[in-house]
Amino acid sequence: MSVWSLLAKRLGLGILTLFAVSLLIFGAVEALPGDIAQQVLGQTATPDALAALRREMGLDRPAVLRYVDWLVGAAQGEFGVSMANRRPVADMIGPRLLNTLFLASVAAAIAVPLSIGLGVMAALWRGTTFDRTANVATLTSISSPEFFLGYILILFLAVQNPVFPSISNINPTMSFGDRLYRTMLPALTLTLVVTAHMMRMTRAAIINLLASPYIEMARLKGMPPAIVILRHALPNALAPIINVVAINLAYLITGVVLVEVVFVYPGVGQLLVDSVSRRDFPVVQACCLIFAATYVLLNLSADVLAILSNPRLRRPKT
Amino acid sequence: MARNQHPLLEIRDLRIEGYADEKWFEIVHGVDLTLHRGEVLGLIGESGAGKSTIGLAAMGYTRDGCRISGGTITFDGIELTSTPEEVRRSLRGARIAYVAQSAAASFNPAHRLIDQHTEAPVQHGARSRRESAEDAVALYRRLRLPNPDEIGFRYPHQVSGGQLQRCMTAMAMSCRPDLIIFDEPTTALDVTTQIEVLAAIRDIVEQFGTAAIYITHDLAVVAQMADRIKVLLKGREVEEAETRVMLDAPREEYTRSLWAVRSFARAQNQPPAPSETPVVSVRGVTAAYGATTVLRDVSFDMHQGRTVAVVGESGSGKSTAARVITGLLPPVSGGVMLDGAPLPGDFRRRTREQLRQVQMIYQMADTALNPRQRIGEIIGRPVEFYLGLRGVKRKQRVDELLDQIELDPSKYYERYPAELSGGQKQRIGIARALAAEPKFIICDEVTSALDQLVAEGILKLLDRLQRELGLAYMFITHDLATVRAIADEVVVMKDGQVVEAGPKDQMFEPPHHPYTDLLLSSVPEMDPDWLTRLLQARGVENIGEAASARMDGG
Amino acid sequence: MSPFAIGYFGALIGASSLAAWSGRREALVGAFLLLVVSAFAGIVWGGAALRWITLVVALGAAAVGLAYSFRAFLAAVLPRDAARAIRSAPLTASFGLLTILAYIVTAVFAPAIAPFGESQIVGGAFAPPDDRMLLGGDQLGRDLFSRIVYGARNTVGIAFVTTVLTFLLGGALGLLAATVGGWVDQLLSRLVDVLMAIPQLIFALLLLTIFGTEVVTLILVIAVLDSTRVYRLSRAVAVNIVVMDYIEAAKLRGETLWWLITREILPNATAPLIAEFGLRFCFVFLTIAGLSFLGLGIQPPTADWGSMVRDNAQLISFGEVTPLIPAAAIALLTVAVNFVVDWMLQRSSGLKD
Repeated sequence: MSVWSLLAKRLGLGILTLFAVSLLIFGAVEALPGDIAQQVLGQTATPDALAALRREMGLDRPAVLRYVDWLVGAAQGEFGVSMANRRPVADMIGPRLLNTLFLASVAAAIAVPLSIGLGVMAALWRGTTFDRTANVATLTSISSPEFFLGYILILFLAVQNPVFPSISNINPTMSFGDRLYRTMLPALTLTLVVTAHMMRMTRAAIINLLASPYIEMARLKGMPPAIVILRHALPNALAPIINVVAINLAYLITGVVLVEVVFVYPGVGQLLVDSVSRRDFPVVQACCLIFAATYVLLNLSADVLAILSNPRLRRPKT
Repeated sequence: MARNQHPLLEIRDLRIEGYADEKWFEIVHGVDLTLHRGEVLGLIGESGAGKSTIGLAAMGYTRDGCRISGGTITFDGIELTSTPEEVRRSLRGARIAYVAQSAAASFNPAHRLIDQHTEAPVQHGARSRRESAEDAVALYRRLRLPNPDEIGFRYPHQVSGGQLQRCMTAMAMSCRPDLIIFDEPTTALDVTTQIEVLAAIRDIVEQFGTAAIYITHDLAVVAQMADRIKVLLKGREVEEAETRVMLDAPREEYTRSLWAVRSFARAQNQPPAPSETPVVSVRGVTAAYGATTVLRDVSFDMHQGRTVAVVGESGSGKSTAARVITGLLPPVSGGVMLDGAPLPGDFRRRTREQLRQVQMIYQMADTALNPRQRIGEIIGRPVEFYLGLRGVKRKQRVDELLDQIELDPSKYYERYPAELSGGQKQRIGIARALAAEPKFIICDEVTSALDQLVAEGILKLLDRLQRELGLAYMFITHDLATVRAIADEVVVMKDGQVVEAGPKDQMFEPPHHPYTDLLLSSVPEMDPDWLTRLLQARGVENIGEAASARMDGG
Repeated sequence: MSPFAIGYFGALIGASSLAAWSGRREALVGAFLLLVVSAFAGIVWGGAALRWITLVVALGAAAVGLAYSFRAFLAAVLPRDAARAIRSAPLTASFGLLTILAYIVTAVFAPAIAPFGESQIVGGAFAPPDDRMLLGGDQLGRDLFSRIVYGARNTVGIAFVTTVLTFLLGGALGLLAATVGGWVDQLLSRLVDVLMAIPQLIFALLLLTIFGTEVVTLILVIAVLDSTRVYRLSRAVAVNIVVMDYIEAAKLRGETLWWLITREILPNATAPLIAEFGLRFCFVFLTIAGLSFLGLGIQPPTADWGSMVRDNAQLISFGEVTPLIPAAAIALLTVAVNFVVDWMLQRSSGLKD
């Protein structure tokens, strides 16, 4: 199969998945015992009040139509109105989404080069003290809940040695440097979690690669170690490493929710958690859709890049 | 051959250890080896004999998890075990080259063939890039690769296995080394492709006077390639001799046993009466995996007490035919008859009685027996399932079956498959098939994963059981020696079609179909002059892929 | 320079020299690096940092010693085969086993170990530690130590039940899909693909909003969501077994689906599935802890580690460590399970070579 038909197939699958995900998120709320109006007004509500609210929220229309409306709106960045404060959901999410993206980017900017570097080192120096220490350290880091790592950083870097602020109350008027400074602790927490995962996966990918017969062949042709790595291992390592990075960036999404709560960071994760406690369905739906879409897109781009970087697929047989 | 000059490679008391289960174990126990310039030494032995490990050690190289623990390896006056890694590296590729078993895995998928070819000469300062590239084309031509000017600019996955193996031989020649290690270079190839690669390797080694160590488990192959043969068993040398001496008069019992399989041959049974109903009859079967048709209008019959050998190369459809008979792959059209009555195409729609009559013995005994079941359970289950025997009766029947396959019931009943040797496992596979008390058994390459002597034991056992129980066998194989030994009839398949079918004695006598001819003539024989004679008889252009391609064309 | 700092650096220099003299390369590198780090930390943060480092090193040494003697103990008391396996196990694995054992004992004997009841109010809110209350009081004046002990029972117990459910559901469907193949496999696999296209924690939040935060709901939601991963793994494992000839032989014999799955496939899939059980437990445990921390998991007054961190978090800004203890308890158990699983995976991959 040629690269293009493979890519088209994968893209089509991605779009299909997005649809399925949106259907699931919309459908889950539909599965609510009673309906949203009932939930808002409680068991004691009069039928008149219920009917009025239903009309106001458009609940008297068929579910299929409401789903189409919701999806079309979501595609244009409109997610309806919050049930808690009657503000448009889009206005609540917009600035917070930028904050969350900022936090995730800072974490990724530190974690990606760090973990790939450490992972390659651990693979090349397999079995040494460095490798074994890294193994224990990363396992410990993976095993720790995000909030534990976050509070430890707060204890050491904010309370005992006030290097960074423990509360990341950023706002749009701040300078970039100030924002970066206040984002540092949550970003470091995320880095700790993601680096451990990413490093272990990079190490495994590289070790797998170095066991290939063509690497042995290069050694048996008398190539020096540096050339074996640079010319023979690296071009083939691209695909697995891209895959590792994409998987872990997707993992950041889950981490971001907890970390934002620990540091009271004004992002989408915090909003999602607050809305869940308030049972503010339109906001929860919107946040879920955004997180899920990001996740799907990251996984999709990993697959696309893996297809593009595979020499066997890039150059067809004839 | 000049034996008085000092040897090119001299290995003395070589010991190599492997790391397993947190411990170091010796896997090569003090092997000596002497190789003179221009000489080809064949290293043969079963898997686990340490052939490849010794071959790599001759380059001063050990794989991860292995280490040289004693002895000396002297290459042209340089002691490889004690010399610095830089020196060893300067020898590898330049003066000692390596040809690996799987060319497809040993070429880097990210680079063109010619770039990988010129890498070593440039690195070792033997030739410039351009000179080496020109030389590569010359070598490709010499190795009779198609489109020698162009093939180097392809990526490995764009070239077929047989061609890739020749490209690797060319790459090994790129610095004109003094010694090449060939590590099972043709094992992964089909017989008709193998012969082309063998001819090319022999030709180029002779032309440049390169010394070589040729590692293989195939005696007939090594007989064509080597001046001397060294036989290894479990990391120890059994014996070493000139090829002809070794073939004619092996000294050691073990070596003789390797040769022995060729002695077993059974008389061909009388052809069945025309009126006799075949036990299993394949009638005009066409079968497909999805949109790919893999069998086209295939028909053949199998009679009671007779063996039909189905031969062909990989992709010929011989295993697919077995899947159609067992009902794993329902045919698109045509069908299978059992005792003259049609069998449902899908095994799930067959009755228990129909399932019982058709049994199967598999190639890999390792994957054919559930590693988590005891022997008693493996054989006892069909006894209980088909015949309804339980408790003591079941145990008695299993004991009888174990006796039939010549294994002591009291010793083996409670064992797990992992505690058995390869040949014993294969016997358990036979017992499981017999437990159903079938009329017909499909034997799918049942001897090809076994050592020769063990394989012979299995063939004898199958022959005896056939005579005692009147079984019909369908014997799928690519090994013509096996066909000669046990077949009554032969069916030759190619590209999903029956090319030729008939009694065995006719099949081994010309004239026959050109493909049968090519297939038969491509199977190496134990005669060291076989390849030479064949090349003279057929001509270098009329073997391997070139010959197949011509056949397909017209 | 305080006497503590002098003793501290003296001991480190002594240890480095001793390591160098006896030719222990790794000990030397470790001790010397620690010396450099300590010097740096001492200059920047003063004596407190040195005390922290001492504490960490001492804890590490204690853990190593404990693991070492526990391994020797197990090797001495276990039957021969198991003892052989244990003797070659890394220290991390024996540390993991010991820790898991300790948690089980704590969970089972919680009422006997805890000095006070689970929701018994003993003193004032955030009461400081004293003889009666080992770790002080929580935000309602309940004994923190007792609640941590009961937490072992609740948090670990709920996570364990959830993991078992996850396995029953995901494992059964995965094996079924691999064995039957065809449209059943397609349908289940595509469904799982869609469920896995939503990040798990996010999906769990959505479902908990809808169905409420009862413990049973929590267990069911997490079990269903997490079973997707078990499905993927058990299907992948089973697919490799299904292609084996002995499965084909059993199919052709006419065996039922139930026989194929339980007698032929499952016994060969146990090793990877047990390892996966460990990993899944960690994941479920962390997810539940995370949800409880967000206030959406296990609800008060049930003692639970995740929500205890959340309730007492404000103490951290006063430099108190107590709120971190339940978090550390979570981390320690997860680390322990991971260590054991790591060892098992290495063992099973080592046997293959």
